[in-house]
Amino acid sequence: MEITKELTIPKLFFQQAQAFGDDRIAMREKEFGIWCPITWKQYFEEVKYITLGLVSLGLEEGDKVAMIGDNRPEGLWAEMAALCARGVGVWLFQESLIDEVRYIIDHSDTKFLFGEGQEEVDKALSIFHECPKLKKIIWDDPKGMRNYDEDFLISLKEVQQLGRELDLKQPQLFEDLIAKGHGEEVALLFYTSGTTSLPKGALLSHNNMLTMGRSLMTVDPCLATDDYVSYLPFAWIGEQMMSISCGLQIGYTINFPEGTETAQENIREIGPHVMFAPPRMYEQMTRSVQVKYLDATWLKRKFYEFASAVGYRVADLKFSKTPVPWYWSLLSGLAHITVHKKLKDHLGLSRVRNAYTGGAAMGPDHFRFFHAMGVNLKQIYGQTEVAGISVVHRSGEIKFDTVGKAIPGTEIQITSEGEIITKSPSVFLGYFKNPEATAKALIDGWLHSDDRGFIDDDGHLVVFDRTKDVFTLRDGKPFSPQYLETRLKFSPYIKDAWVIGNERDYITAVMCIDYAVVGKWADEKKINYTSYHELSQQSAIYDLVEAQIRQANKDLPEAARIAKFTNLYKELDADDDELTRTRKLRRAFVEKRYEDIVKALYSDNDIVHIDTTIKYEDGRESKIRTDMTIRKIART
Amino acid sequence: MVAVSEIKEGDVLLELEDIHMYFGKVNALSGVSLKIRKGEIHSVIGPNGAGKTVMMNCVNGLYHPQKGDIRYKGERVNHVSPHDRAKLGMARTFQKVEVFGGLTVLDNIRLGRHIHYKSGILSGSVYFGKTKKEEIEHRTFIEDEIIDLLEIEHIRNKPVGMLPYGMQKRVELGRALALEPELLILDEPLAGLNLEEVEEMARFILDVNEEKRWQVTCLLVEHDMGVVMDLSDRVFVLNFGNMIMDGTPQEVQSSQEVIKAYLGEEDLYATRA
Repeated sequence: MEITKELTIPKLFFQQAQAFGDDRIAMREKEFGIWCPITWKQYFEEVKYITLGLVSLGLEEGDKVAMIGDNRPEGLWAEMAALCARGVGVWLFQESLIDEVRYIIDHSDTKFLFGEGQEEVDKALSIFHECPKLKKIIWDDPKGMRNYDEDFLISLKEVQQLGRELDLKQPQLFEDLIAKGHGEEVALLFYTSGTTSLPKGALLSHNNMLTMGRSLMTVDPCLATDDYVSYLPFAWIGEQMMSISCGLQIGYTINFPEGTETAQENIREIGPHVMFAPPRMYEQMTRSVQVKYLDATWLKRKFYEFASAVGYRVADLKFSKTPVPWYWSLLSGLAHITVHKKLKDHLGLSRVRNAYTGGAAMGPDHFRFFHAMGVNLKQIYGQTEVAGISVVHRSGEIKFDTVGKAIPGTEIQITSEGEIITKSPSVFLGYFKNPEATAKALIDGWLHSDDRGFIDDDGHLVVFDRTKDVFTLRDGKPFSPQYLETRLKFSPYIKDAWVIGNERDYITAVMCIDYAVVGKWADEKKINYTSYHELSQQSAIYDLVEAQIRQANKDLPEAARIAKFTNLYKELDADDDELTRTRKLRRAFVEKRYEDIVKALYSDNDIVHIDTTIKYEDGRESKIRTDMTIRKIART
Repeated sequence: MVAVSEIKEGDVLLELEDIHMYFGKVNALSGVSLKIRKGEIHSVIGPNGAGKTVMMNCVNGLYHPQKGDIRYKGERVNHVSPHDRAKLGMARTFQKVEVFGGLTVLDNIRLGRHIHYKSGILSGSVYFGKTKKEEIEHRTFIEDEIIDLLEIEHIRNKPVGMLPYGMQKRVELGRALALEPELLILDEPLAGLNLEEVEEMARFILDVNEEKRWQVTCLLVEHDMGVVMDLSDRVFVLNFGNMIMDGTPQEVQSSQEVIKAYLGEEDLYATRA
């Protein structure tokens, strides 16, 4: 398919809906225990009447329409309808707190807000009077909505009813609206999670989105008969890329799980062919395999050990592009039959042709883990400002310390300062209401990423780290803390790690244990605890964490090893601004917040006293007074 | 079975009149009278051993009081057995969960649906024709109405015995709802739950009581004063088998007698505030 400057997402949607009609399933949602299919024709009609409903409520060209809620067909319909009505789509993270919602709704001048149900409506209600541009709040799940009667609330059904009425009066309107669109108009206003500052709104055109999807699909083609599971937030550009940019062009079936708790189970039921998730999802899978392994019987453990030894061996041969000898192939087949086949099935990966990870750094250990199992996991590098991705691994050319090669139509260069810059038709239009940031990011059509990296001998891009996050070690060498953090996270006991040590004498780490896994371990060892913070401060847990750090320290140069660590009394949380919504560590923020801990790590103290207040989501507060031990890791 | 007439919102649904119940020489209930109107949430509070559960057992037919009348929709039901009362539209949950640990969540709820099944043993043993149709209808009801309402999609196929206590309580409520009751007796539905679970359970009780689809009258026994005062339309106070008062939450909270007999100190209302 040719992507012209004229082509818009709605035009493509119209074409595809006409072509596929009632014969093909556009999406499925698991509801009431059953996968309910929605054909392209139904999809088309739902979108059509929402579009017209929005128009009759007063949506005009360029008006912003925001969406918040879990992944569900209605969310995608709303977005598509906003685009068809020539509006601009804005997505919010489902778990966004009131302040974030207020900031984005206000900053984006949103006129209509689609919320899923009571929870989202409550959020919207509490900010409604502070956002004068906001006109209507639309909801689709009636649960708990019986006592709401504000006149600016309207249900999706009522909007569609308005649309039907308008359609009777002006039957040509919908097609006219679509025909008017132009590919270079703004389609989405996407707020980046921002590790340092307030979120910035990136303006993406129809053309940006479509060219990006096409480029990825030329590298790894998908089929119209493929299945894809949409369960990651739509407010993440990666999900937009799979559901809108690629999904619309290919026409594969998008499956929506029943709820967030059932997502893993539903993925297994569907067995998607393609998957794109941030590292934390793969880290979670790895952890669950490791934990199940610890729980398994002797015989099962032995089988697993055999299979993973074979898997790692074969994966390493493939990484080094050495032909796999026949006996290793044979053993690998045996490992597949006995262990890997089942394992992949449990993780929902049995049909995956290409699995992508991106959005944050993923450690080489995790990477090898999936390849050993026979999953074709690839790194992707990209950012919201290029409508998703710009660089990806090619099949058979996987190097786990790189992110691969640029996708067609994309040029990557490294500036003299080592910054990665990109030029492609998918590079965004600029930041909304922020010309200074735009001027900094877009220079002569080159997108400046603020990431440091280099291109290796094979032409692969290696992303080192965010420029500001790169450490200088005491021996003067640059070092990426993320690298160490991802290594630490390979241990099932470690949920998060924060490595400190820029221009300091030695490297230290603040560790967050995985409550469920360590809790279970403690139960088995008959260690008593009542809460996360109590468990984290037990000396047996310190021993456990120390062992994990020693493992990660292995084969690192002396200056890059962790010398001291402490277990944090709580988990790092996006609600406390310590992580971004995509779970990236906000280093500058935590460094300020936990100043005392950092100071203690670089003093001779072996204890740091904490006296702080924790704020819960519902507004309650509780005091925490505790002593955090600081443990030195003796040289071996 | 007793023939029952239609009851409108606000009419008396269940009436206890001068109930006396003895166990040997122990006087568990002495002359308790209570009227529950359709559509309300009526709570029964009282210190431990006040006779609350005995009272529920009388309502539900597990115990038969020696003296006094129990009228349901105007008909005397004193000697109607519990399962026949269930058919009349009374369902209950228990203070300590009484679920079937080895069965899945779905099967537990399905069991509560049992009285609505029309096919007999013979036709039920072959999944065919009418039986199949009936089974599908019931399953749809359970999935659409109960599992969705109680937000237990993710555990529908898990054995109940493996679930945390809070979830088991939810399943028990689901089983009671499967009866499509008109009167729901909830015996300490919040006991042993953590704060989050309490909030969720309170929400479910309100949903079941207010949502158009259900509009179930609730008879609630509970110790959590914060929840009782928030949810209830009326509160009935029991002490050593005697009724102390029956009134709105405000009346009960300001009654000196109640405070003395049960609450002890004024600020005890706010147990979870």
